[in-house]
Amino acid sequence: MGKLSLITKGIIKENPTFVLVLGMCPTLGTTTSAINGMGMGLATTFVLILSNMVISAIAPLIPSKVKIPSYIVVIAALVTVLQFLMQAYVPALYATLGLFIPLIVVNCIVLGRAEAFACKNSVVDSALDGIGIGLGFTCSLTVIGFVRELLGGLSVFGTKLVEGDGMLAFVLAPGAFLVLGYLMVLFNKAKK
Amino acid sequence: MEYILIIISAVFVNNILLAQFLGVCPFLGVSNKVSTAVGMSGAVCFVMAVATLVTYLVQYYLLVPLGIEFMQTIAFILVIAALVQMVEIILKKISPALYQALGIFLPLITTNCAVLGVAILVVSKPFGFGGAEPDMFNLAESVVYAIASALGFGLAMTLFAGMREQLELSNVPKAFKGVPIALITAGILAMAFMGFSGIVK
Repeated sequence: MGKLSLITKGIIKENPTFVLVLGMCPTLGTTTSAINGMGMGLATTFVLILSNMVISAIAPLIPSKVKIPSYIVVIAALVTVLQFLMQAYVPALYATLGLFIPLIVVNCIVLGRAEAFACKNSVVDSALDGIGIGLGFTCSLTVIGFVRELLGGLSVFGTKLVEGDGMLAFVLAPGAFLVLGYLMVLFNKAKK
Repeated sequence: MEYILIIISAVFVNNILLAQFLGVCPFLGVSNKVSTAVGMSGAVCFVMAVATLVTYLVQYYLLVPLGIEFMQTIAFILVIAALVQMVEIILKKISPALYQALGIFLPLITTNCAVLGVAILVVSKPFGFGGAEPDMFNLAESVVYAIASALGFGLAMTLFAGMREQLELSNVPKAFKGVPIALITAGILAMAFMGFSGIVK
């Protein structure tokens, strides 16, 4: 497998949201607008790349019995670093995403990649895998956020397109489930 | 009275699954049958109540006095992971029947974001019910909130499992099969729960 395909596979073939159906909580909870979705995606990507690298480096040293707890501690430490960085540089985004930033710790994508990929591969490959899967996740979240923002608020990336009220339900909770469901159907159709 | 408001709010109005999107992975993963959904909800209820109790004490008697609140994420996830492990060992010893029933769900709960989510929620923002001044939860309120949230999780999960059992029998278009139709069903269920909004301010 070429180095390039490590990055590109996460976007379509192994897309974490539409194909693997992982990390659903942030996917549904933070995609009220395209910017929020993208912010959440990039935050997760940051943790994913670093956790993949750290775990692939230390994996040979960890006894298999305490594997999962050790991975969780590594991920939790990286999330704490991310919390500090976001509070310092993007406080508004940090406030909007709120609870979902500490919850990256229990995002199954991060732990899943650590267990399925990083612990068996080299540091460089793991970093590339993190970039690929992270990009795939960011793209999906941005698309979902884009659709919800467009239908719910009639705006694109925060800019109002036409005056008037959109279908508010799409910004609220039910819209998250509906938009993700229908996008998944389109994704399935397009893949055939 | 305030406890009743907390319970109604957490179960119906701000349902943890359908309004706050916590714990969606097990919601989609193990909700194929009503019986497994009930088992999972029972396990979550138990762990969530104990985890919130312990993390509340950790927050106010360990992290705050030492001035290291930024260690919250690491401390809480360790507490939850250790707790799940302990619950598993204790249950195995004192109630093998219950262990048999909950056994397979327990390890999954460590990574259920609803548990960590509720633990962080109750210590991070003030709540105000029925027009009362928003105030940080005390210990009893936190535990009541955790149990009520878990009940809300169980309610949504059981309703959804019932619907999915029916979906199995119906003729779903190919592209909608599996997760997509489940998500759309969940969307409609979430709309039904929106009807409760406004009951508790």
